[in-house]
Amino acid sequence: MSRSIRRGLSYLVLAAVTFVLLFPLLYAISGSLMSAQELSRYPPALIPSSPRLSSFADVLKAIPLARQYLNSAVVSIVVMLGQLVTATSAAYAFGFLRFPLRNLAFAVFLATMMIPWEAVIIPNYLFMAGNGLLNTYPALILPFLATGFGTFLLRQFFLTFPRDLFEAALVDGCGHLRFLWTILVPLSRPALASLGIYAFLQTWNQYFWPLLVTKTSTMQTLQIGISSLRDTEAATAPNFILAGVVLALIPALFLIYVGQRHIVRGLTSGALRG
Amino acid sequence: MEAAQVRGREAVFAPVLHRYRAREVGTALLFLAPSLVLFGLFTFWPLVRTFDLSFYGSDIIGRPTLFVGTRQYGQLLASPALRDTLVATVLFAGMTVIPSLVLGLVLALLLQARIAAIGVFRTLMATPFAFSVATAAVVFAIFYNPGVGVFNGFLQLLHLRPVGWLTNPSAALPSVAIASVWLQLGYNVLVLSAGLQAIPDEIYEAARLDGARVLAMIRYVTLPLLTPSLFFLLVVTTIISLQSFGQIHILTRGGPANSTTTLVYAIYYNSFAFGNSNFGLSSAMAVVLFAIVVAITAAQFGLLERRVFYR
Repeated sequence: MSRSIRRGLSYLVLAAVTFVLLFPLLYAISGSLMSAQELSRYPPALIPSSPRLSSFADVLKAIPLARQYLNSAVVSIVVMLGQLVTATSAAYAFGFLRFPLRNLAFAVFLATMMIPWEAVIIPNYLFMAGNGLLNTYPALILPFLATGFGTFLLRQFFLTFPRDLFEAALVDGCGHLRFLWTILVPLSRPALASLGIYAFLQTWNQYFWPLLVTKTSTMQTLQIGISSLRDTEAATAPNFILAGVVLALIPALFLIYVGQRHIVRGLTSGALRG
Repeated sequence: MEAAQVRGREAVFAPVLHRYRAREVGTALLFLAPSLVLFGLFTFWPLVRTFDLSFYGSDIIGRPTLFVGTRQYGQLLASPALRDTLVATVLFAGMTVIPSLVLGLVLALLLQARIAAIGVFRTLMATPFAFSVATAAVVFAIFYNPGVGVFNGFLQLLHLRPVGWLTNPSAALPSVAIASVWLQLGYNVLVLSAGLQAIPDEIYEAARLDGARVLAMIRYVTLPLLTPSLFFLLVVTTIISLQSFGQIHILTRGGPANSTTTLVYAIYYNSFAFGNSNFGLSSAMAVVLFAIVVAITAAQFGLLERRVFYR
């Protein structure tokens, strides 16, 4: 086979596979621009005959979507910032400071990654219920502010920082906080970006916990709001469920496409040890 | 100025404090405190409470206050419905983990093609990773819906009989698994693709000079060098699959005929669905889930050094 035919074949196979893999996304976008009738046609319609935006207006009327969008954004951003602060601070101690039982303490941080959230969800729910925190932002935020994964990720990054430079800075009278803020944080931007993207995506996409602790549609996150449409409207208005899906996907798709190299760095630090 | 003070003091107290500097230890404690407090409150103490709650039954108003010893565990072992739950959990793991690894590997290998704009394909193939369980499940619910019926529409075009994707008890678990495999693929492709890119070109070059063909190269060069990534994914996707909840809650609510009630769905069902509040039984199940995840993680560490090929 000649080189150019083989190359052409590679493109063809990749394009076909990518199309199949992206079908749910393409269908969601396409379906959100169709009318309900067009969407329920046999054989299935794949491209809208006359694209319309009315589904987006309809879904905004069916559920308090704007408010749910705000809820998801507030919770995800606060969790992201919180994890960046707690993980940076803990990773600093593990990476730069000497203290007794350091390895044991680090093992405790790693152990948190082994505990599935579903195994501790009931006591956490009872805790929130007992303290009158159900249906509030603190219930959605507080349990996720610390991160074993993030601490591990940042510590690995900090360990590559030249020890001499750290000692020289301290000898020159630089305090720990100033060293952290003016030297280490700016140099660690790539690792912080990885952690930030992970924390945001994970929180934005959460389902089980927000389902349990939110009780009213105005406190629900976007994910819960959209899936609640499935119960009531699936048969009659799939087009505006898909409009909701598309709206919910926008920030996540942006992060996946634009921040992909940061995501890969984050996952290879776990996947490719040694 | 701080450092100067520390150094001065260290000179005085050096023989007493030997290995650690008190001030540094104090600083470390302050830096660790936020995480330690949060882990204590929302991870470790709840874990202890889960064990504790698993020995209690609920009173008449649904509070877990009646001590029942190991009765919940006895029920867990004896009840056929609960045994079916464990079976469904294992079946679901098998149906999601293996296909998502195999398909992820195929896609990652395709992405090794040396063509221009391969980066665009790599970026696009991560797409499922942007979906949440909720958005993915809602889209697949529309695919499976008999009214809209995208999947059945395709089957009809191929002159095949329609499938009761979510209504047939023997089809429901595979249907939920299909959505889960798709959702997991984006992440798996990213991990395996990064693993493949970490294999140096010289190794392929050497194999090519020795006359290895593409399939032999994959079998004898790529796969052995990729085992750390594959092994990591095997563990991670198994744990993710055991924790699956959203897709089941959205697509099937554990039905039909409990065919999709997995361990985590049963934890939810017994404590939160239809006014149930059997926190004790759910906690016993949570303990089982915790034990399984710990066992898998421990096995990972045990096997890691011996079986997996590291460069």
